[in-house]
Amino acid sequence: MDLTLKVWRQDGPTEKGRLDTHQLSGVTGDMSFLEMMDVLNDNIIREGGDPVVFDHDCREGICGMCSMFINGQAHGPGRGVTTCQLHMRSFKDGDTITIEPWRATAFPVVKDLTVDRGAFDRVIQAGGYVSVNTSGETLDANTIPIAKADADEAFNAATCIGCGACVATCKNASAMLFVSAKVSQFALLPQGQPERKRRVTRMVDQMDKEGFGNCTNTGACSVECPKGIDLTNIARMNRDYLNASIKGE
Amino acid sequence: MTDSKILNIPQQGDLGVDLLQSRVPDGPLADKWTNHKNNIRLVNPANKRLIDVIVVGTGLAGSSAAASLAEMGYNVHAFCFQDSPRRAHSIAAQGGINAAKNYQNDGDSVYRLFYDTVKGGDYRSREANVHRLAEVSRSIIDQCVAQGVPFAREYGGLLDNRSFGGVQVSRTFYAKGQTGQQLLLGAYSALSRQISKGKVKMYNRHEMMEIVVVDGKARGIIAKNLVTGEVERHSAHAVVLASGGYGNVFFLSTNAMGSNVSAAWKAHKKGAYMANPCFTQIHPTCIPVSGHYQSKLTLMSESLRNDGRIWVPAKSEDAEAVRKGTLKPVDIAEEDRDYYLERRYPAFGNLVPRDVASRAAKERCDEGYGVNETGEAVYLDYASAFERYGKTEANVLGLENPSDEKIRELGKAVVKAKYGNLFDMYRQITDDNPYETPMKIYPAVHYTMGGLWVDYNLMTTVPGLYAAGEANFSDHGANRLGASALMQGLADGYFVLPYTIGDYLADDIRTGPIPNDSPEFMKAEAEVKDVLERLINNKGSLPVDDFHRRLGRIMWENCGMARNGQDLSKAIEEISALRKEFYENVRVPGTLDGYNPELDKAARVADLLELGELMCKDALVREESCGGHFREEHQTEEGEALRRDEEFTFVSAWEYKGEPKDAVLHREELEYENIELKQRSYK
Repeated sequence: MDLTLKVWRQDGPTEKGRLDTHQLSGVTGDMSFLEMMDVLNDNIIREGGDPVVFDHDCREGICGMCSMFINGQAHGPGRGVTTCQLHMRSFKDGDTITIEPWRATAFPVVKDLTVDRGAFDRVIQAGGYVSVNTSGETLDANTIPIAKADADEAFNAATCIGCGACVATCKNASAMLFVSAKVSQFALLPQGQPERKRRVTRMVDQMDKEGFGNCTNTGACSVECPKGIDLTNIARMNRDYLNASIKGE
Repeated sequence: MTDSKILNIPQQGDLGVDLLQSRVPDGPLADKWTNHKNNIRLVNPANKRLIDVIVVGTGLAGSSAAASLAEMGYNVHAFCFQDSPRRAHSIAAQGGINAAKNYQNDGDSVYRLFYDTVKGGDYRSREANVHRLAEVSRSIIDQCVAQGVPFAREYGGLLDNRSFGGVQVSRTFYAKGQTGQQLLLGAYSALSRQISKGKVKMYNRHEMMEIVVVDGKARGIIAKNLVTGEVERHSAHAVVLASGGYGNVFFLSTNAMGSNVSAAWKAHKKGAYMANPCFTQIHPTCIPVSGHYQSKLTLMSESLRNDGRIWVPAKSEDAEAVRKGTLKPVDIAEEDRDYYLERRYPAFGNLVPRDVASRAAKERCDEGYGVNETGEAVYLDYASAFERYGKTEANVLGLENPSDEKIRELGKAVVKAKYGNLFDMYRQITDDNPYETPMKIYPAVHYTMGGLWVDYNLMTTVPGLYAAGEANFSDHGANRLGASALMQGLADGYFVLPYTIGDYLADDIRTGPIPNDSPEFMKAEAEVKDVLERLINNKGSLPVDDFHRRLGRIMWENCGMARNGQDLSKAIEEISALRKEFYENVRVPGTLDGYNPELDKAARVADLLELGELMCKDALVREESCGGHFREEHQTEEGEALRRDEEFTFVSAWEYKGEPKDAVLHREELEYENIELKQRSYK
């Protein structure tokens, strides 16, 4: 198929960006979206130009590195997929595709379609862990039974890949879905209880410090999330945060 | 005459033989690790604060090592090329992690895990290391649960296990199909805790470009800030490489796009021996290549072989018609199908080990029976499973004389419950509905057992330079068992290296900070800048991927599932010529300053172009078949792998001598005191 691509190009965080137009032919439906981008870059390099810079690594939907805003949707059309799992058969011959980076104050553009998601790391560093040393001298793993329903729900929250699609999708650029997924994972497990209040307070404070917006319960984040992280996690985090604010850490 | 004689390959290097000391402690196998821990030197807490350690890579081994070393008090400097340590490729591991917990009461023990791992590795790994791995496996599960890793549980609230890879016990812990992700996020959490305390200084989007050796000891690295392009000098008292495997030498593999050999290869060129580089694991059930621009291959879990039947058309004209699209697989009559695994291996059928299944698929496709456009695919068929499960289900529901259609419908529901996510993934990638037509699969490169040679302490032949996880050769011999990679990464990082490194660092408590402006650092920095300038200023015309793709093709055809002396010798020459052409004709766009992923890729491919040559040489010298390494000259009359224990019960450790093909072989003889060597049979 033949495509018209409008691709965001930006040399650095403080440079002015622009949409460049490229014509691309010979795209097949079996190519993934990133393989289509490979073809584009291959053409650009052979013609002596500068290829488009974009983040990608595992190309199987789990590392969370790829992050394209395609035709106004995080990771493009389709539900439950990352950009690398999107295939070109979702498009048709003659389509025009607009490709932009995640846009949020807390995610400055590094170059072209690549953004800096260091804010997510700093939120985790603020408290997204259980304080246990790695000596191996802990309890036997089966000492504390955990109800299967709780373990499964903790797992569902823990499947967040930290891609940032929720932030890119939210009209307020809120990171509540990401933060609440990690808060929930530990809130649902006995190992997370001793630091539960301290954790939620610190992570939310760091989230605010990073410049993410607030949640207005639109729910678009959960719809666009490639892992389907549930909105109830945000409710759980709000409840925990309120509890910690009133009763103290 | 053997090929090694034609090429005049020395069987034993004359220099540096003394470097190959495994330092395996004395005493009974089961007591070695405990005794060793009791006897190695410690560094007291006040002195640990005076010592810097660099960790390269933040996968399971790197993250867990960095977190543990920081907890103990060392100043850790950790590096990863991704934008966050959480994205290292350990995250993609699906199946699970083995541990000898015996929670299922099926007779599992540390000894059985040890035995299975040595046997699975086809008797080419070091007994003492593997036993230690089995011992610490139990602590890994305890540790991860304490960190809040949400493993799968039973209704009683206790941990669930699954069976894996043909062993006779159920010892695999898992978190659905995302076990690697959950374990890595656990290690990342521990690492994040130490970063917040300032005990780990984290360098994201940094690539290690060179090892710096001062007075014979590894004292730091040269790293490139990938965003700014700046080349930086980082010094430390010891360096740990946890930089993963090198499957990307084949271009197409299940590895991430950024996975590379550069850190390990730079170490090799600075004196670290490379061990068994030709030992590669090729996984039989991956989604086949669809076209020229394919960038990576996706694994379908091994568990699918439990219920699926693998076949190709028995008639070549049917295969031809299927490839052209004029014949559908469901229209091929039962008697015209060749269930080749069941035919060749009646005892194990579709459940033969990974290496055997992979070779058999290749054999059929090479004979012209492949079933997709490229001729490199076989069918994995669930039709009989639908019927079998459907009949059982109909009985359970008490249905009398159910129609065939009803049986299939019931059967599909059962399969969906068991493998639904895998079927969905297949459909997403191929746009084929696997409930209606057989899936197409083909083997793909998945893991590399070879890597930097390390002693019992995980130290390479360069003092102060350590290797952990897939980057070392330590525990898997010639073939890795399923669910053992995660175990080894975390064992090395949490429970082995943090202890053993103290024995070396105990000498450094009075050294003081290592200066990063010594002549050795300045020289290494200048060399790195030279390499980058040479690449960027090259006036060629072809993109880096063009060379990488061609290297992959040479490796896949000559050093893949089946190898022979003639092809390997030819491949060595071809890779050498391709490397020359690369430096003449590669075009690297952009500039040295700023973010330039094409330049970074070029530097990685330059190293892969050297590694590939050494892999072929290693495969050429090892004139036997073992594990993932199959030499066509060494097979039984029935075409099965033939090990030659008398001549080849050793680890090949290669010393760099200029051109990769000029590397000198050193042998670490393997002694089996606790296990009897046996030939595998699956007939």
